[in-house]
Amino acid sequence: MANVTIRDLNKNYDNGFHAVKDVNLEIRDKEFVVLVGPSGCGKTTTLRMVAGLEEITSGQILIGENVVNDLPPMDRNIAMVFQNYALYPHKSVYQNMAFGLQMRKYPQQEIEKRVREAADILGIGPLLDRKPRQLSGGQRQRVAVGRAIVRHPEVFLFDEPLSNLDAQLRVQMRVELKRLHERLETTAIYVTHDQVEAMTLGDRVVVMKDGWVQQVGEPLELYGKPANRFVAGFIGSPSMNFVDVIINELGGALYAEAQMLRLSVPPQHQDRVRAHLGGRLTLGVRPEALRLASGADPAGYCFDTAVDVVEPLGNEILLNFRAGGAPMVARVDPAVRVRAHENIRLAVDPARVHFFDEKSAAAI
Amino acid sequence: MSAAAPTERGRVSPLVRLLESESVLATALLVPGVLILVLFIAYPFVMALWYSLTSIRVGEAGQFVGLANFAKAWNDTIFQTAFKNTVFYTFWATIFKLALGMWLALLLNRSFRFKRIVRASMLLPFIIPTVLSAFAWRWMFDPTFSVMNWVLYHSGVITDRLPFLSDGDWAMWCAVAVNTWRGMPFFAITLLAGLQTISPDLHEAAALDGASAWHRFWHVTWPLLLPVTLVVVVFSVIQTFSDFQLIYVLTGGGPANSTHLIATYAYQVGVASGLLGEGAALSLFMFPVLFAVVWVQLRYMKRMEGH
Repeated sequence: MANVTIRDLNKNYDNGFHAVKDVNLEIRDKEFVVLVGPSGCGKTTTLRMVAGLEEITSGQILIGENVVNDLPPMDRNIAMVFQNYALYPHKSVYQNMAFGLQMRKYPQQEIEKRVREAADILGIGPLLDRKPRQLSGGQRQRVAVGRAIVRHPEVFLFDEPLSNLDAQLRVQMRVELKRLHERLETTAIYVTHDQVEAMTLGDRVVVMKDGWVQQVGEPLELYGKPANRFVAGFIGSPSMNFVDVIINELGGALYAEAQMLRLSVPPQHQDRVRAHLGGRLTLGVRPEALRLASGADPAGYCFDTAVDVVEPLGNEILLNFRAGGAPMVARVDPAVRVRAHENIRLAVDPARVHFFDEKSAAAI
Repeated sequence: MSAAAPTERGRVSPLVRLLESESVLATALLVPGVLILVLFIAYPFVMALWYSLTSIRVGEAGQFVGLANFAKAWNDTIFQTAFKNTVFYTFWATIFKLALGMWLALLLNRSFRFKRIVRASMLLPFIIPTVLSAFAWRWMFDPTFSVMNWVLYHSGVITDRLPFLSDGDWAMWCAVAVNTWRGMPFFAITLLAGLQTISPDLHEAAALDGASAWHRFWHVTWPLLLPVTLVVVVFSVIQTFSDFQLIYVLTGGGPANSTHLIATYAYQVGVASGLLGEGAALSLFMFPVLFAVVWVQLRYMKRMEGH
């Protein structure tokens, strides 16, 4: 069991590509940390540097108290699950799982015991004699996980382990991985581009973009208090609505104005937004922070629009419309009956309005 | 399509209609290939079988002599030497080609500057006509003008010139060396192609599993490369076992018939000396060996498919 410390980590490739930029991260013992971001954001490179598969350009990686920068992968006491499983095709399931222990010269009895134990946990006991090509995607996935857990490593590394599975299996394996982590209590670093996976699995989530860490936080913290516009848009589905607004003052009250749209600035934002009086900001509001307005809603938080497309999903209805010159989505109660092209009045939940600096995109 | 065409476009010619039939078309497509095989492989082979049972020689029809030619060959000391030489030559050349070709393939599989140019230029020994390169090697092994002797002698490594082609044992090893030089690129390129189908993730997984470079090769690369390796080895064995050009140019079978291979000796007896029947019998001794090699390979491939 160990914590992992990443200090000022950088990766420059020979072709000049700066993949990872000044990443700092403190991963606690037994913590499940997810690195998430769009492709090319540096999450996999970071993971591979922790694994020792990629050279570190500058900075430090510590596992426990030891700087592992110059240690080969095999001496780092880590185990990794690859995106395409990387099972040895010519070895049986048993041999695949036993290989790491054999290389480390464990006694035969101990190997057998550990492989059986892992196979029981993962429910692949009956498959031990099969070859990988005789297994389904989900079974291969389990074998790949099994190969990692028999080693009893200090840190688990997962590189998009679920992305080759179909949607249904992905959801199932996601739950199993979470259960497994709770059982094994081993530090885990998990890379994915899927924000739902990140939110459901991670004790903490690290959002990355263009090699920079955008925000580190617990899932609900990222959702409720995104540090910048990128995180706000990346976390949550459908993603947050953004509209460029100008801040004006009218009779002592602050308003955010855009084309055909005027919303009061909620009280908790007043002080910080006032500094931008007369300037431009980006207003963000999640689809679930919008609802059909009733008479009780204060007029300052309501606006009129026409529905463009209605997406009835069963448990919710998505209304697509335009407001303030931007396309938007509202997620409303399934009991609501709205037809396309109908004129509606929507209310914004003032407690869930976000403002972002127009240039830096940081939350204000 | 033609069936749906409007009739006023003109009738479909009878030939086209005939080719619409699958069996007719299949036959038509197969005929050229079969003809070439019959003409250049089957016919000569059957003729060789027949010749080997007769006392035919150039300018003389000869008569049926049963297995006399085979019996004569069996007791012929030069043939015995040639057979041993062929086995020796095939065995060592294949071992060296495999070992060096594998080593080269593993090197070329890494990324480095000018990778493409190096990979392409490596094929040079393979694409230069064997006769040409064998002549160049003969010149390098020449008793008087050998550049290798000159270098070794003048650098003080040797005090006596080495008898490259003038000693039977030396000459055999020289032939093995030249064959290795010539055939290694084929091994390297084929094995390289095989290596590139192995996912780098497997090596990374093995590295994380604690496997050293040697263990990664032995537990991952080698077993996954085995089918490709087997195919190139079989090809190489067939080609090396029936090799003719290289020995013919390099030593001509000499000195004193000590470096003959089955093919060169059969040529010398059958064509140079005009004893067609005996030559045919000699060359047919290659057949059971090559047949066994091919059979083993086919069996193995079948087993691989079964998996």
